[in-house]
Amino acid sequence: MTGYVIRRLLWGLALLIIVCGLIFVVFRILPTGNPAVLRAGRDPQPKLIKEIERVLGLNKSLPTQFWDYLKNVFLHFNFGYSYYNQESVVSLIKERLPATASLTIGAAVVWMIAGLSVGIISALKQRTFLDRFSMGGALVAISAPEFWLGLITLLLFASDIGKFKIFPGAGSYVGITQDPWKWFTSLILPWCVLAAGSAAIFARLMRGQLIEAMGEDYIRTARAKGLKERRVLRQGVRASINPIVTLLALEIGVLLGGAVLIEYVFNIPGIGLLAYHSIVQSDFEVIEGTVLLASMFIILANILADIGYAYLDPRVRYS
Amino acid sequence: MSAGEALLRVEDLKVEFPTEDGVVHAVDGISYQVQAGKTLGIVGESGSGKTVSSLTTLGLTRRQGARVSGRILFEGRDLVSLPEDQLRAIRGNEIAMIFQDPLSALHPLYRVGKQLVEAVRAHRAVSKAKARERAVELLGLVGIPDPAKRVDAYPHEFSGGMRQRAMIAMALANEPKLLIADEPTTALDVTVQAQILALMERLQRELGMAILIITHDLGVVAEMADDIAVMYAGRIVETGSAESIFAKPQHPYTWGLLRSIPRLDSPRDEELVPIFGTPPSLISPPSGCHFHPRCPYAQPEHARIDPQLEPLGDEPSHFVACLLEADVRSRLWSELGAGGTPEEALAEAGLKAAEGSVQTAADGLPPGADA
Repeated sequence: MTGYVIRRLLWGLALLIIVCGLIFVVFRILPTGNPAVLRAGRDPQPKLIKEIERVLGLNKSLPTQFWDYLKNVFLHFNFGYSYYNQESVVSLIKERLPATASLTIGAAVVWMIAGLSVGIISALKQRTFLDRFSMGGALVAISAPEFWLGLITLLLFASDIGKFKIFPGAGSYVGITQDPWKWFTSLILPWCVLAAGSAAIFARLMRGQLIEAMGEDYIRTARAKGLKERRVLRQGVRASINPIVTLLALEIGVLLGGAVLIEYVFNIPGIGLLAYHSIVQSDFEVIEGTVLLASMFIILANILADIGYAYLDPRVRYS
Repeated sequence: MSAGEALLRVEDLKVEFPTEDGVVHAVDGISYQVQAGKTLGIVGESGSGKTVSSLTTLGLTRRQGARVSGRILFEGRDLVSLPEDQLRAIRGNEIAMIFQDPLSALHPLYRVGKQLVEAVRAHRAVSKAKARERAVELLGLVGIPDPAKRVDAYPHEFSGGMRQRAMIAMALANEPKLLIADEPTTALDVTVQAQILALMERLQRELGMAILIITHDLGVVAEMADDIAVMYAGRIVETGSAESIFAKPQHPYTWGLLRSIPRLDSPRDEELVPIFGTPPSLISPPSGCHFHPRCPYAQPEHARIDPQLEPLGDEPSHFVACLLEADVRSRLWSELGAGGTPEEALAEAGLKAAEGSVQTAADGLPPGADA
């Protein structure tokens, strides 16, 4: 098991270096504009540009630049500096991390609870009205684009512009340390909107998995043993959970992508909004930083999923 | 079958499944008894209703929307009408069941020990540690080496025979009065089959439980059973003591089953005789005697008259549902038992060949039966 974990971690590291390479190629080699020109202000002297290029190391050869980039990222945890306010990308991200973490972790909780419970209930009430209604609703949730769903919920439920003034609207986010209750209420709508699509996919997957598992011979054995139906169901759920864990890792990526849109729609000062603004302003190093951070999370989630999978299914261990 | 209050008495049991294609008459009015400490073998092809009847005993066909009528009396309680929670208290406690494929019948993600502990704790208020001790003891009882260590293994780490031993251990967890074994050896190697049967016999002697063994293999029941019931198309067509059935089999279907078993003492050039045709549809079974389309000895009127189980004149505990005359049957079987073909037997008995069935055999069409 330890060997397996170490192998997965090494693979993750290799993957991260490849991601750095891709980021480097996209933002530094492909013609996207000269960072030195962007930093030099209006009508710069060629001398100033040369000077900035020297400071930023842009006059070195590309392999050297890439090596410096890797060294900065992996050894010094330095993702570079914003062209606009010279702030370090790491501190920009740090500042905005709590908001994004609040949004994504909360959404993941909503999505797991809603997805799995709807899936289980649907499976147990197979072919009833409740089942059809939930699965129909799931289809709508999968199909609806997040930004559209976000705007619709604001129009319906936001306290400022909504038809039913129930929840705080866009731009009402405060930190959890500042006012926990306001933090909670301001995030209810974003959580639900961000979770909707993933929850729907999970509900459908869980339903299918559970229906299949409940038809297996070992469920018949469990009933023949005289187990209570609640415990029988637990065995079925236990058998259905493995593919869910695999999908979980993939959905983390979808969640992070969705966070960019949701933070924009609800005006939450998180990393997604930072990424959006830096794209608009061609602030390349900040974009690089956010892309790298997202990649790290997706890779980490996949490693955790792999390890979790090996832990959950004894048949795949050590292989 | 002998008198006395039977442990399990099934009376006129019918199990039907409504489907889109029509109602499946899986079990069509069967009656049998299992005496305490004795073994009944139910024999038949796949699709003869033998598994459904035993699952119904435990109430496991209820959620599949089965319509059940008749009575299943277990120590006087009618399991057909018993509420689910009371039936659950009997399942795995007083009546336990083991299944055909021990790999799929064990949960792949739980340790064997945990599954045994679950079985114990479903009916006994004991601590986990106590239940685990019991699990180790049970694994030892069924002959798993080093049970204290193997209790923590997963099912995939066991061989097929060990898995079936573990299943048996689980079934024995609460010392049931009746063990239902549904094709317990079918998925196993031949050498392992004999071990499992010997194990079940030993445990029956030691624990004094009754066994209801369901199989398509007359060889298995020859080894185990005190009484035998032969099922065809949801009905019992012949039943009696194992001795009597092997000595004087009465039903042409039983003959077919007997003649399709390979035997060491038969002449080397004698071929195995399959039963031709396929098991009938249980949605619209054949008219008259359900076996007549496949019976080489069927007479035209057998397509109209529905035979009932009747006792033999000289053996009142041996019943058969066959429209042939008793003396005709004994002449037919004496010819078949001596290795004769159905045609020779028919000539000997002075009967005309049934239309269709014997020609099918003569044409040498591939047999569809798996008996």
